[in-house]
Amino acid sequence: MTAVLQLVGVTQQYGEGATSVSALSGVDLSVEKGELVAIMGASGSGKSTMLSIAGGLQKPTTGEVIVEGTYLSTASSRDLAALRRRSLGFVFQDFNLIPTLTALENVTLPLELDGFRARAARRAGRDALTSVGLGESNGQAAKFDSYPDDLSGGQQQRVAIARAVVGGRRLILADEPTGALDSVTGEAVMKMIRSRVDQGAAGILVTHEARHAAWADRIVFLRDGRIVDQSQRDGADALLAGVR
Amino acid sequence: MSVRQSLLAILDQGPCYGYQLRTEFDRRTGSTWPLNVGQIYNTLDRLERDGLVEKGDVDEQGHVYWQITDAGSDEVRTWLSSPVERNQGTRDELAIKLAVAATLPGVDVAGVIQTQRLASLRQLQELNRAKYAGANPDGPEELAWSLVVDSMIFAAEAEVRWLDHTEQRLAMHPQHAMTLELSTEKPKRGRPTLRQAQGPESGQGQGPESVQSGESARATSEVAR
Repeated sequence: MTAVLQLVGVTQQYGEGATSVSALSGVDLSVEKGELVAIMGASGSGKSTMLSIAGGLQKPTTGEVIVEGTYLSTASSRDLAALRRRSLGFVFQDFNLIPTLTALENVTLPLELDGFRARAARRAGRDALTSVGLGESNGQAAKFDSYPDDLSGGQQQRVAIARAVVGGRRLILADEPTGALDSVTGEAVMKMIRSRVDQGAAGILVTHEARHAAWADRIVFLRDGRIVDQSQRDGADALLAGVR
Repeated sequence: MSVRQSLLAILDQGPCYGYQLRTEFDRRTGSTWPLNVGQIYNTLDRLERDGLVEKGDVDEQGHVYWQITDAGSDEVRTWLSSPVERNQGTRDELAIKLAVAATLPGVDVAGVIQTQRLASLRQLQELNRAKYAGANPDGPEELAWSLVVDSMIFAAEAEVRWLDHTEQRLAMHPQHAMTLELSTEKPKRGRPTLRQAQGPESGQGQGPESVQSGESARATSEVAR
């Protein structure tokens, strides 16, 4: 098993001295290729902080984050930006698409920023959008040239997932990805994330809904910034073997 | 009882023989509630006794076709238009277990809750996997199956939400749990004595509960086929 992401002794403190608050205390977590890990916990337990740190959006007070062998603490800001463009894909509750860009442009933007040639970027973008069901199918026209406002919530989230996985990204970080969707669409989005992970990505899913967390191989419980318990991975694998 | 009413509703579509009725019930419930032929015939006998079905034609293979009566059709309409009445009163094993655990000094209620939460999440994982592995619910039979799976998914999720809620309530309680020492006051009269006096009747509430939990466990394993 290859760890795509490792958090080692990660601590996050806000403020100093007597008034300091610990958002995370000594968190260790490893996520492997083909593994989806769900983080559950009450609000204020540190779920979103953990995701921000895992994605290099926030530097921990102490501890180390290692993404595909790169130590984030010693990486230059340029390397960090490159890592975010190449290896990490974020999926947020409110989609975070750029409204003035088409679906395809939203997906190809990180590739183009990373120096992909326009044609190669468009090809990769179309592939990614097709893989999330937004290509031409059953007589339905592809949604490549649609603007976010012309798409339903579920379709917008599919664009966001396509953006998160385009160009061979291997770590999907999803923060309440179904929060703004109805239950049927939310389930479809979860199936999509699950299937991307099964195809070889790794993923972290922050959610407060047990129904969605149960799509993960392993569920980690955070309380007051500490991992207090987690479900076993082996069991989930056995389950998977049983139904396939 | 939903098996009886379901069989009657199927017969309302046209006459069926016993085994055929079983197959029809199976494909409309995603085989999540397996019935044996004996149960089918017992139910048909009772429906006949109540004047809701009657024996009709017999084919060359000797199959007896059962057909619905007018009274049976009326009952189907009433069933479909009425809400399902849930059992009143708390007979939920888990609710009772947590309430008792919370009042016992020295019991780690948070541990009890977490053990249950992991089990419920495990069941949810199993159900999600079954759905993921299942075919797309384009056909009516696959759809029927996934509707039953959905009901189990939402029930398990509701349980986890309720466990979260219980955990928070207990955490906010000044003593974490509101333990009750054994009372020194001896009850002079009341239910314990009365129940013992009643003997077997007092145990009536237990029977259906254990049957029910057995059935849901079986349904889960059927779903995760």
